[in-house]
Amino acid sequence: MRVALFVTCVNDAVYPSTGVATVRILERLGVEVDFPADQTCCGQPPYNTGYRRETEPLVRRTVRAFEEYAYVVTPSGSCAAMVRHHYASFGDRAAALAPRTYELSEFLVDVLGVTDVGAYFPYTVTYHPSCHGLRALGLGTGPRRLLDAVKGLDLRELPGAEECCGFGGTFAVKNPDVSAAMGRDKVRHALSTGADVLCGADNSCLMHLGGILRREGAPLRTLHLAEILASTEEEPWRE
Amino acid sequence: MSDIFLGMPAFPRAAKAAVHNPTLRANLRHATHTIRTKRARAVAELDDWDRLREAGRRIKDHTLRHLDTYLEQLEAAVTRAGGTVHWAADAAEANAIVTALVQATGEREVVKVKSMATQEIGLNEALEAAGITAYETDLAELIVQLGDDRPSHILVPAIHRNRGEIRDLFARTMADWGRPAPDGLTDTPADLAEAARLHLREKFLRAKVAVSGANFMVAETGTLVVLESEGNGRMCLTLPETLISVVGIEKTIPTWRDLEVFLQTLPRSSTAERMNPYTSMWTGTTDGDGPRAFHLVLLDNGRTDTLADEVGRQALRCIRCSACLNVCPVYERAGGHAYGSVYPGPIGAILSPQLRGTTSEIDASLPYASSLCGACYDVCPVAIDIPEVLVHLRERVADQGGHRLEQAAVKVASWVLDHPAVLAAGERLAARTRRAHPARPPGTKAWTESRDLPELPAEPFRDWWRKNRT
Repeated sequence: MRVALFVTCVNDAVYPSTGVATVRILERLGVEVDFPADQTCCGQPPYNTGYRRETEPLVRRTVRAFEEYAYVVTPSGSCAAMVRHHYASFGDRAAALAPRTYELSEFLVDVLGVTDVGAYFPYTVTYHPSCHGLRALGLGTGPRRLLDAVKGLDLRELPGAEECCGFGGTFAVKNPDVSAAMGRDKVRHALSTGADVLCGADNSCLMHLGGILRREGAPLRTLHLAEILASTEEEPWRE
Repeated sequence: MSDIFLGMPAFPRAAKAAVHNPTLRANLRHATHTIRTKRARAVAELDDWDRLREAGRRIKDHTLRHLDTYLEQLEAAVTRAGGTVHWAADAAEANAIVTALVQATGEREVVKVKSMATQEIGLNEALEAAGITAYETDLAELIVQLGDDRPSHILVPAIHRNRGEIRDLFARTMADWGRPAPDGLTDTPADLAEAARLHLREKFLRAKVAVSGANFMVAETGTLVVLESEGNGRMCLTLPETLISVVGIEKTIPTWRDLEVFLQTLPRSSTAERMNPYTSMWTGTTDGDGPRAFHLVLLDNGRTDTLADEVGRQALRCIRCSACLNVCPVYERAGGHAYGSVYPGPIGAILSPQLRGTTSEIDASLPYASSLCGACYDVCPVAIDIPEVLVHLRERVADQGGHRLEQAAVKVASWVLDHPAVLAAGERLAARTRRAHPARPPGTKAWTESRDLPELPAEPFRDWWRKNRT
């Protein structure tokens, strides 16, 4: 099986280790991974801020980069949700990409039918499901089942898990006080679990929460789901 | 809408004070989480909830599509049953009609059933200007009125108050409006309710005119329906001689049978009850039973304009249950007043800018008062896709050119993202100079005031791929 990796603009520029981890997991499971070099951004930030015209070239670019593939896999729930739910309004070619685009955990669990990806991660972890994964994509228990199957991992339930972390794209800077208040509540819940790692499937949410954690000097780090699943006994996760 | 909220600052500034008010935050958190949990339980009891929700959506959409026909049918039915129908294009017209109707009775006071439509048009203030006193009889609306306050929630207008604050308010102000609060009033709910009962009873027994809204208007029979919990509505709807109901035109449903759906979904979504304690229905007038004169004021006030918008019109399905407020993380922290409208929370963020337009500062900021988390859409009993309408209204605000600097920045960013070579060069430059980046670069205050920026990696993903996989 051959898939195209849609790494997303945020991961490309800020969290390349999430992209590398995604490649490692997929290759370990025998999947051939391509990285179409023309890809950049799905257009979600301008689209959600009300700039549809400015979104159009990015949608066209994304469609051109990926339309030859039967499977497009992305380690971002919100970018997958953008393609899945909003591309149809940009024409037939864009609409055709929607059902072939998968968030990573969704691809692993629903397409490959795998929950044990052979990972090893000897830490205590709590999982924030993120709104786009939880509500827009309906990921359900997939990510938790993947984490449950990781050797050495102790999964702690996050109180108020279904509540938004307050990132919300440009919301984070257009409404900074409310955004930060939501983030601090999420961080407080995460700290109450006593976990070493706050895991998520959207690095944009983790960028917001990690920024608060570092500002407050809290003893908890954020890590993308892919990086936990990529970690093995032979090649364990390291900073 | 009324002038009360004009000149409100934009949402982020209005919310700032609430976010940093620990009492308000605690009051709102406690109240919204309590109702939220109960609602989830009440909804989970029904195994056909999804089908009820879909039926509600369809009934409302069908009615809105043929609203002209159903409104004329409603008018004919109400008139046949002995009522009089008045048409009001906007708040000023509605207020003038109600004021004239009250003046024609010779009365100087009215009792009111809790009503969003009359709040929306600022009826109490209009009546006051004409020398007529309007007494709110819903407990929470009474608290708001006594406190010279503004409602902050659709269903629980005094949600921002705790019982200690309410006890102090009753003790201090009830005497100015009628029967004073009993001596030694405590802050137990039973005592507070009893004080309100005694205070209101003399008004119910004296009133000759009542003003209400309605949850539903049945076109085929001309029947109006009010759902409530306290019985104050039943008092107002039955004791006075004249009843005036001010109702938004979108409250119409075609048939009596359609109530089957909404009488299940509304109580469970709003108060988390299987059935609300009082459901009052009246059809025109009946000799020897209830009011002798009934007037229905049909209110447009921006609804026809909203109906013209193919995406935005779904907001008119709203049955004012407040479930979206109770699950909204933004509402929970910003409070209802920040929305600058009698309609706060997610539904207010899509309703107010449509009913009032997006020209004022507050209305232009409301579509952005959401992280688009989607919790509101999940709980909405008529399936209003609030995030979809929010983004649609953001397009409207962006198109009117309100954010020139932002628009320029988006254009530049969009151009860079459409040129991968330029993007890659920028990423490499940022990665190479990362050790020299300040912790809080100029122009990033909105982010860095409360959060650190992420550390940039040594190289972008696309470079790793080129080196390792090609």
